[in-house]
Amino acid sequence: MLKNFKHERIETNAGWLLVLTMLAISIGGLVEIAPLFFIKDTTEDVKGVRPYTPLESRGRDIYIREGCYTCHSQMIRPFRDEQLRYGHYSLAAESKYDHPFQWGSKRTGPDLARVGGKYSNEWHVQHLLKPRSVVPESVMPNYPWLLTTPLDISDVGARLRALRTTGVPYSANQAEYQRNVKEFGEPVARMLHIPDAQRNLVAQAQEGNYDGDRTSVSEMDALVAYLQVLGTMVDFSKIKPEDLVKYR
Amino acid sequence: MSASVAAASEQYDYDIIKRFSVMAIVWAVVGMSVGVYIASELAWPFLNFDSPYFSFGRFRPVHTGAVIFGFGGSALFATSYYVVQRTCQTRLFAPGLATFTFWGWQAVIVLAALSYVMGYSQGREYAEMEWPIDLLIEVVWVAYLAVFVGTLMNRKQPHIYVANWFYLSFILATALLHTFNNIAVPVDLFSMKSYSLFSGAQDAMTQWWYGHNAVGFFLTAAFLGMMYYFVPKHAGRPVYSYRLSIVHFWALSFMYMWVGTHHLHWTALPDWASTLGATFSIMLLLPSWGGMINGIMTLSGAWDKLRTDPIMRFMIVALSFYGMSTFEGPLMSLKDVNALSHYTDWTVGHVHSGALGWVAMISFGSLYHMIPRLWKTEMYSVKLINAHFWLATIGVLLYITAMWISGISQGLMWRAFDDFGNLQYSFVESVAAMHPFYAMRAIGGMFYLTGMCLMAYNVFMTIRQGVRAEVAAAHTAPAAA
Repeated sequence: MLKNFKHERIETNAGWLLVLTMLAISIGGLVEIAPLFFIKDTTEDVKGVRPYTPLESRGRDIYIREGCYTCHSQMIRPFRDEQLRYGHYSLAAESKYDHPFQWGSKRTGPDLARVGGKYSNEWHVQHLLKPRSVVPESVMPNYPWLLTTPLDISDVGARLRALRTTGVPYSANQAEYQRNVKEFGEPVARMLHIPDAQRNLVAQAQEGNYDGDRTSVSEMDALVAYLQVLGTMVDFSKIKPEDLVKYR
Repeated sequence: MSASVAAASEQYDYDIIKRFSVMAIVWAVVGMSVGVYIASELAWPFLNFDSPYFSFGRFRPVHTGAVIFGFGGSALFATSYYVVQRTCQTRLFAPGLATFTFWGWQAVIVLAALSYVMGYSQGREYAEMEWPIDLLIEVVWVAYLAVFVGTLMNRKQPHIYVANWFYLSFILATALLHTFNNIAVPVDLFSMKSYSLFSGAQDAMTQWWYGHNAVGFFLTAAFLGMMYYFVPKHAGRPVYSYRLSIVHFWALSFMYMWVGTHHLHWTALPDWASTLGATFSIMLLLPSWGGMINGIMTLSGAWDKLRTDPIMRFMIVALSFYGMSTFEGPLMSLKDVNALSHYTDWTVGHVHSGALGWVAMISFGSLYHMIPRLWKTEMYSVKLINAHFWLATIGVLLYITAMWISGISQGLMWRAFDDFGNLQYSFVESVAAMHPFYAMRAIGGMFYLTGMCLMAYNVFMTIRQGVRAEVAAAHTAPAAA
């Protein structure tokens, strides 16, 4: 049959051309994407990784809004220079609650996967307001509006509910709350409870005092809270090198 | 000649093609201006002006959206509607639907650009449009598929010409990629904000499956379709090899879909996936060069046209850049090369050698060929086409040279160690070292943009002269109209 096959049969029939082209373009993605939802490499849990608190999550929204990913990656590769500069290479589990992922593709500025705790809150605020006042050679834009714009917290519950729909374990009821207590411990579980989202957000902003002003919650509060948690969830001092092999 | 053109304009639906052609040029000017602006921001950051609306992070997707989907997309709509009608010898199927694709697509580009500066973004490269715009794209795209396939079905020729295979493959692949890369959960029905359904490694995989095939199908297969019609037509010679076109069409369509993972080397994505991506990237060199050879060799026997015809020169230089960047791509997909090149300006340079060198130049050649035929006239000035060609060529060369130097320098500086095993450079030292090359890149972009403005002027004058001649003809022979 193949001997008698002529390409003419396809190019004289729009239906065949359409079906066969569709077949040709479907296979690659299917083979590479589908397994990732099932295999251990990409679905394994690592102790310490938790969903973002309401304030951190709103900070992440601002990170995405301002297009930070166009210049900063959040994916440390397993090379000696990156380990020295940025810290331990990134694990798949560390971005398991990232909808969308923000690994990035370009480092016009440095990687931010483990920027949390590296600088003080004051440094971050100053740096976001006027990057060149702390790093003279920087080419980063100034972000003065972050400090002057109050954070919109009216829809934080709706935002967390949408994230819950995608599979992030925010709790909407007591049963889910109890599951989170078991999974993450009580202090974290409380932060993940959607009915208390607004109250928790304001409390974290006041306690953390990220932007140096406790009287109101600014977009700066949220963004700095997000930056300060990046890469800090997994305690690598408690993980033996041989344990890590399975995460790669 | 003019008699056959006059007949053709009644035989075919040209109005929709005229509109898309004009918008392709408008979006090219807009998108490239924004490109030069954001390139300048990186060299001279005061240009961000402390304003959210001009800051690099929000402005960058305006640039990529306007050039890829505005300029590239409009050029593809225009040429595909032209090619499918002429090679099938029939008018467009469902002209009302075709008109809808025009207004729908323009709305997408405008809404996307406005939403980015307003701060609405999905945070996915080249797919930053939020969910309502994604839905509009979906509807427009299904209409496009219907018009295109409907026209194919109505053809008066038994054979479907090779250019149409590539256009069809591009339309199908774009539908598939767009749909699966934009599955998201909106915050609520009245909110522009949404969260992608997938997260982390799965999301990264889906995004780069989309991201690289936006290059593979939107910016390659479709423009090969353009090449397969306009190069032989303009050269007045048949396609070099029919057999080669079959082999490289199927190989290209099949293989491109595998290569996206080469954007995720050394990340938390499993090794086997990125190895597969690299393997297919290397193999892809063959079908890519198959297309290049088929295009360039079509000119054999008519090489003298390169000396006299700047439109032909655009097309052949485009194919040369296509060959160059499809060689560079597989090279960069090797894990050891990628360890150096990833996250650097080398990637940016590579994209632009493809986008400015191949995609834009083949479009310029095709538009210069098509526009006088649409308006039944000659190009206003061949000299200006020639000037455009040289400005564009110098612009690309400046751009990619700057990015090669800065990219490789970044890669080397980041991994340099001193005698004691410490990092030799702080990150910001690498930023400071890039300044001259960022300035050089911006200047390269200015050259390219200047050429583009010449084209816009030249096309404007051509259309004016075409319209005036038509009006004059209508006056002298009112009965004929």
